[in-house]
Amino acid sequence: MDKNSDKRTDGRKPEELRPISARVGIIRKADGSAMFRIGDTIAYAAVYGPRELYPKFMQDPTKGILRCRYNMMPFSGSGDRVRPGPSRRSTEISLVTEKALLPVLNLEEFPNAVLDVFIDLPQTDAGTRCAGICAASMALADAGIFMRDMVSAVAVGMVNGRLLADLSYEEESTEGEVSDMPVAFTPKTGELTLLQLDGGVTKTELIKALELGRKVCREIYSVQKATLKEKYSGESGEED
Amino acid sequence: MMNRTRSHMLKFFEKGMRFDGRKLDEFREVSVEYGISKNAEGSARVKFGDTEVMAGIKMSVEKPYPDTPGEGNLMVGVELSPMSSPDFETGPPSSGAVELARVVDRGIRESKAMDTKQLCIEKGVKVWSTAIDIVTINADGNLIDASALAAFAALKEAKMPHYDADAGAVDYKKKTSKPLPLSKVPIAVTVYKVGNYCIVDPTSEEEDVADARLTVTSHGGKINALQKGGNYPLSIEDIEKMVSLSMKKAQELERYL
Repeated sequence: MDKNSDKRTDGRKPEELRPISARVGIIRKADGSAMFRIGDTIAYAAVYGPRELYPKFMQDPTKGILRCRYNMMPFSGSGDRVRPGPSRRSTEISLVTEKALLPVLNLEEFPNAVLDVFIDLPQTDAGTRCAGICAASMALADAGIFMRDMVSAVAVGMVNGRLLADLSYEEESTEGEVSDMPVAFTPKTGELTLLQLDGGVTKTELIKALELGRKVCREIYSVQKATLKEKYSGESGEED
Repeated sequence: MMNRTRSHMLKFFEKGMRFDGRKLDEFREVSVEYGISKNAEGSARVKFGDTEVMAGIKMSVEKPYPDTPGEGNLMVGVELSPMSSPDFETGPPSSGAVELARVVDRGIRESKAMDTKQLCIEKGVKVWSTAIDIVTINADGNLIDASALAAFAALKEAKMPHYDADAGAVDYKKKTSKPLPLSKVPIAVTVYKVGNYCIVDPTSEEEDVADARLTVTSHGGKINALQKGGNYPLSIEDIEKMVSLSMKKAQELERYL
């Protein structure tokens, strides 16, 4: 990447997101479902529940629990086959995904129950956890779960001194100093529900990056909202 | 509840019809889409009505199995994703998933559809290993046939990656234009028996009330793999009928590839 030029290797401007497309209601067996695609990263999400939680000792009589599973399909990665089953990486991502979605949900509504969110990625190219969160948030809305806000997520980062939105895999693996920061925002309140960082940034750079994250998450939010609206305006009363 | 659905369904079958208006030997709308995952060496999505599965191929260079030192390895994995049905749970593969994977595996292996000898790099030391992974997206019945079709479609679409002999590693970024050494097209069609009726391509509602099933993987008039499932027995007459129906439908299904 040329430091003096405005363009990135894939021709984007620093604050420009990869092309986004989304759909909801794509998995009929699920209570809610969505597909969210950003660049070459594709995430599917399905929501089941609220349904009864087993084993019973895990039930909480004061509130329901949210259970997320992030999963890369074995053939989805650019290198070797991804071994099926949980890894340390996928376990952690499942956890932070859960925490990213929790603040917008009202789990007190369904004591003893579980809300299951399954995220599966058939094709990946950086930003998978963020795409998964975007899809999951839309799937929850599609399932008719009460939500205080949507959740929109994106990775922002510093690549050799340049602040960039929505890093591609190529940028993530650039030689030199790379900071990768997946963030999720609740667009209405502008608060963070996911924040991680790999790399090295100053406090000033961090705040700038977060502000960029909040700004571009609003663009993602408008796609999420438009997709949901499209489904529920066109074919009202067809389902449920 | 189940019995009521079943007796109602049988009344429909008597008239040669199913709940969704299909004939007993009719598939739902079939679609095969290739190249759905660019990182895989080959990939495909198959839909039978609302049933949807994805399959992807990943190739790597590994040591051959001791009993086949001059042949490439082949492996089929199936994930009955909890995303695809309220009945599927997270965790290690269920017996149903393992059976499904093995039935698909046998169909490809026993029909000798792939010439694994051509996938040998250095006898006893290095061979190409082909991993076929199938993931269910929406499970509304007949996952076996959909998975087998998706697996074969993905194989058909696959291009070998480049093997860098000096580095001793696969360069996944460099896909060659070389397809996999495929010669035949094994097609699995499962026939379900409900009462005295035989149906193909059941929805999950139909599957739930079926007595028995028989998966026949055939190619060019030859049967390469069989798997009986379900809790009830089948007579030889049943099997004759089911095999005929399966082989007839296999010819139809092959046209989608």
